[in-house]
Amino acid sequence: MQSRRDARRVKPPPFGYHAPGSVEEACALLASLDDPKVLAGGQSLVPLLNFRLARPQHLVDINRIDGLDRIYERDGGVAVQALARQAAVEDSSLVARVCPLLGDAMRLVAHRVIRNRGTVCGSLAHADPASELPAVLLALGGHVVARSARGERTIASDGLFTGVMETALAADELLVEAWFPASTAKYAILEESRRHGDFALAGVVRAGERLALFGVAPTPVLADASDPTRGLQPSGDLEATPEFRLHLIRVLTEKALAA
Amino acid sequence: MKVNGVDRPAPAEPRRLLSDYLRHDLGLTGTHVGCEHGVCGCCTVLLDGVAVRSCLMLAVQGEGHQVTTIEGLAQDGGPLHPVQQAFHECHGLQCGFCTPGFVMSVVGLLQKNPNPTREQLEESITGNLCRCTGYASIRRAAHRAAELSSPLEGKSGPKGRDRGQ
Amino acid sequence: MTTRWFGARVQRVEDDRLLRGHGRFTDDIDGGALESVLVRSPYAHARIVSIDASAARAAPGVAAVYTAADLPFGGTDLPILIPHPNLTHGRTQRCLASEVVRYAGEAVAFVVAESRAVAEDAAELMEVEYEPLPVVITPELAARADRLVHDDVPGNVAAEMKQEVGDVGAALAAAPRRKSLRLRFERGAAAPMEGRAVWAQWSAHERKLTVYDSTQSPTSIRGGLAVLFGLPESNVEVIAPDVGGGFGPKIMLFYPDELLVPFAAMQLGRPVKWTEDRQEHFTAVNQERGQVHEVEVGFDDDGRLLALDDDFIHDAGAYTPYGIILPIITAAQIPGPYRVPAYRVRFRDVYTNATPTSPYRGAGRPHACFVMERTLDAIASELGLDRVEVRRRNLIQPDQFPYNLGVAWQDGNTVVYDSGNYPALVDKALALLGPRPSGEHVGMGLSVYVEGTGVGPYEGAHVQVLVSGKVVAATGIPSQGQSHATVWAQIVADELGVDVADVEVTSGDTRRFPWGVGTFASRGAVTAGNAMGVAARMVADKARRIAGEHLEADPQDIELVDGRVQVKGSPGRGMPLAAVSVLANPVRYAFGGGTEAATQFTARPRPGPPLREGDQPGLEATGYYSPPGSAWASGCHAAYVRVDPKTFRLEILKYVVVHDCGRVINPMVVEGQIEGGVAQGIGGAFYERLAYDDEGQLRNASFMEFLMPYATEIPPIEIDHIETPSPLNPLGIKGAGEAGVIPVGAVIASAVEEALGVPITEMPISPLRLFELARSQS
Repeated sequence: MQSRRDARRVKPPPFGYHAPGSVEEACALLASLDDPKVLAGGQSLVPLLNFRLARPQHLVDINRIDGLDRIYERDGGVAVQALARQAAVEDSSLVARVCPLLGDAMRLVAHRVIRNRGTVCGSLAHADPASELPAVLLALGGHVVARSARGERTIASDGLFTGVMETALAADELLVEAWFPASTAKYAILEESRRHGDFALAGVVRAGERLALFGVAPTPVLADASDPTRGLQPSGDLEATPEFRLHLIRVLTEKALAA
Repeated sequence: MKVNGVDRPAPAEPRRLLSDYLRHDLGLTGTHVGCEHGVCGCCTVLLDGVAVRSCLMLAVQGEGHQVTTIEGLAQDGGPLHPVQQAFHECHGLQCGFCTPGFVMSVVGLLQKNPNPTREQLEESITGNLCRCTGYASIRRAAHRAAELSSPLEGKSGPKGRDRGQ
Repeated sequence: MTTRWFGARVQRVEDDRLLRGHGRFTDDIDGGALESVLVRSPYAHARIVSIDASAARAAPGVAAVYTAADLPFGGTDLPILIPHPNLTHGRTQRCLASEVVRYAGEAVAFVVAESRAVAEDAAELMEVEYEPLPVVITPELAARADRLVHDDVPGNVAAEMKQEVGDVGAALAAAPRRKSLRLRFERGAAAPMEGRAVWAQWSAHERKLTVYDSTQSPTSIRGGLAVLFGLPESNVEVIAPDVGGGFGPKIMLFYPDELLVPFAAMQLGRPVKWTEDRQEHFTAVNQERGQVHEVEVGFDDDGRLLALDDDFIHDAGAYTPYGIILPIITAAQIPGPYRVPAYRVRFRDVYTNATPTSPYRGAGRPHACFVMERTLDAIASELGLDRVEVRRRNLIQPDQFPYNLGVAWQDGNTVVYDSGNYPALVDKALALLGPRPSGEHVGMGLSVYVEGTGVGPYEGAHVQVLVSGKVVAATGIPSQGQSHATVWAQIVADELGVDVADVEVTSGDTRRFPWGVGTFASRGAVTAGNAMGVAARMVADKARRIAGEHLEADPQDIELVDGRVQVKGSPGRGMPLAAVSVLANPVRYAFGGGTEAATQFTARPRPGPPLREGDQPGLEATGYYSPPGSAWASGCHAAYVRVDPKTFRLEILKYVVVHDCGRVINPMVVEGQIEGGVAQGIGGAFYERLAYDDEGQLRNASFMEFLMPYATEIPPIEIDHIETPSPLNPLGIKGAGEAGVIPVGAVIASAVEEALGVPITEMPISPLRLFELARSQS
């Protein structure tokens, strides 16, 4: 006998709600609260709350922090702060000039209305293996800056993504900035999805000689352009078997290299 | 927060979604709920003039901001907003359930960009689901809305109702 | 009658309030109602060992928790809506399950509380213990019957039906050529944008129950509630307010909430409401489309059909509330617009541990069309003939109507096509389609279909001219976006010679019109439209008679034009329609509005009692239309598609529709219906399927994973019409609601097969499926 519950819900469970006005305040909350979750754009987190698939005890809403939405140039690349909306990055002339790969990638992320609210840093912290931005960061070899009550550290892209929806960020860390190196002349982002705006069945990001794949492993992975599917063991789901994913990677890689 | 220009108190419970707050606490039922996971777009409203999914926001997050819903576009008994007018002229709605979401998406685009490119217009209607129209008339409505909203409009005025043969 | 409005692209009267956000959908109604949640089985098949609601009941903010034991009707099976002699083992569920659940999503308990969130919190405290039982999913496995869904239904067969016209065995044996095909359809869903919702209020002192329900048949709900609760029908009001799409699942009744919400309202003395959520909708609301066909066809060297034999299984799901209408429709529609000298069809309706099935736009016709069209393509391929030519050789010709198929139709009659011109459809479609685009991996598809529309039993309408001259009209059937209010207003406005803007239509409200059947099966325009015509004509005739008396003219010489009733050729001799309305009601006391003219000391037109025997006061009438048989619409779709040979992405390069729904009341509305139907057809062909696992769990119960097309996935569609009026109804109209969806799968399959060179025998297809088919071929 079993008692599997009817787990289907659409209103969030109760949680403590906090809206700090500064990064320091936010970090202090993340350090002191039991089981806190950062709320930025909410485009990934709120559906999970609605379905009660995520049940954090506390939400730390960072949207009230002023001056955390900048997109600026530094160190030969573009820095995107925690509250910079995906739409702002998409429309940014700075991004178009310095890192057009990032601008192109933005247009593949969900739909415009989602991008109006969603954040780049939020997408990186959410680390969905089928999403574009983690793979872009990896292909470019960028990094993120994490702040906590204990201080600040930089996490390089190849150390950031540790598993499906998992990053190296500690529970008390706030991702305050993502840094994308300037994209070179030869770049491309290509994906196959079922509908416009859907998560990719498989995708490829080319940044010069570097190639990153998404949708085919628990995290985005760097690949060898001459043998992109080597070592890959993608999972299967309703719309793509592992074989189909491997096939798509070969097709997309060929296209990306020809661009 | 201000909703359609009127000051409104924040809800008591932080877990109250903006969509439910608008519909049930404020009685502004023009914003509809179709999925509660951000995919269908029926709940789209403007936050400080920018289109967002109200089912993916907590109502408390609206504090200090301006929310515009479908009810805020035209005065009671007054003429329709150009985007609403365009949807009417082009038969851009059948059951009307997805319509406020589409209208607000298009309004959001045209407010920011009164002369959008074809791609931008298309993007403004490709994030919402409709089950009745098959989108052709919605696409026509979006283009007509851009015409009616453009500062250059005036030559081909809004078409009156077809008076029959 | 002038036809100023009939045939015109009249813009909709419904739009203004909907565009302003002033629509009134069922969940918009509050009235201080308690909110509720249904607790549903997570298992596809299980024995319920125990239900403990005590913790849920004790939770703060909870008004009540109901299980089967708490319901006076808890032990009653819900009705089989459409009984049929071949439905020998029909089964329905109970309002709330207490012994066995047979599909994931079957309702087990009902929690009523101060808010939805609180109800959800309490629902989490429900303790239901299940003992899982073996699950059978897929119609093939169900037919093998290693496991039973119902212990007392041998072989999982709810119904079996065989029909034969001609001697198929002999014809097949004698046929120069024969071919076999196996065709398979996955389950799909209608997925209207508005989910289901119910709101109810009980007035104890009036003993009156008022229910708002997002339903396609308020009159049926009203009848059922009256019977169930032992109330006179006149004490039950059911209103379908604005409904955000129906497409079939909302013509299913009774969903448990439709009984529980009124029951709770009566028990608790407060209004109660229930609104489903999207995830719930996927398994709680009836589904459709699951069928497997084994076809054998006999034909000659010219590609002419000699015999067709189809043996198919229909996936009923766990229960059969809707009877066997779906497989009956499929069986009836397989021959389509073609001459099939010998036809045999047998179906078995089988139970599976999945959501019950009932009509979704197309309702069995898409399957029938796919079967016939794929068969003709196979014949063409076998003989090396052009696919369009093979169709032409088999089409029923324009001089062959009425054409009796000899098989059963869903209205209890046999299938008789009333009118049509199928070759003209093909000619026009090809002209519209134009030449093939250049490039590789491009394929063409073309499909011709027929659609039985406008079934009975009847619909009615009430039309009244008010003393102000405005017209109000009402009918029992509701709308879910079909623009009925505009279309029916056009019919009435033509009869009465008024402006469409001066006709206000109310529909789907039993308070305004208590008789009727429902909105389904492409029947609204034909049945309610003709009823509007009947009632409006009665009103016009009465207006002519009354005016004739006062104008001393023959009613035959009187016309209704521009809001006036006047003598033809002498417009000065006339009066406003409003005045006739006044005169139609002899009064003692004038109350303004021109009613002085109808008082006793004004001039009398004739001797005798003010109200003649058999006459009724007022310029109003109630009329009914009961069709003798279905009116058969038809059409031809054609398309060019390109399939990317590497990614297997589908690009529809051109899609054309030539449609015949008889006389067209509002071309703008019909085109909208077609565009919407084609989009659902494309969804059903390439994107949408309900993916159940072996445990009977639906794996894609969300809009993220159930892939309904966005605007980007739907190409522009070019539409043309022909009109072959129906001789069966006064307006000569045929239904149009489902037409867009019917042949799309067949068109896409045919085109993709040509583009890629792989056989397509299933629906839906997808890039993954095409990849697998291409690989298995090479």
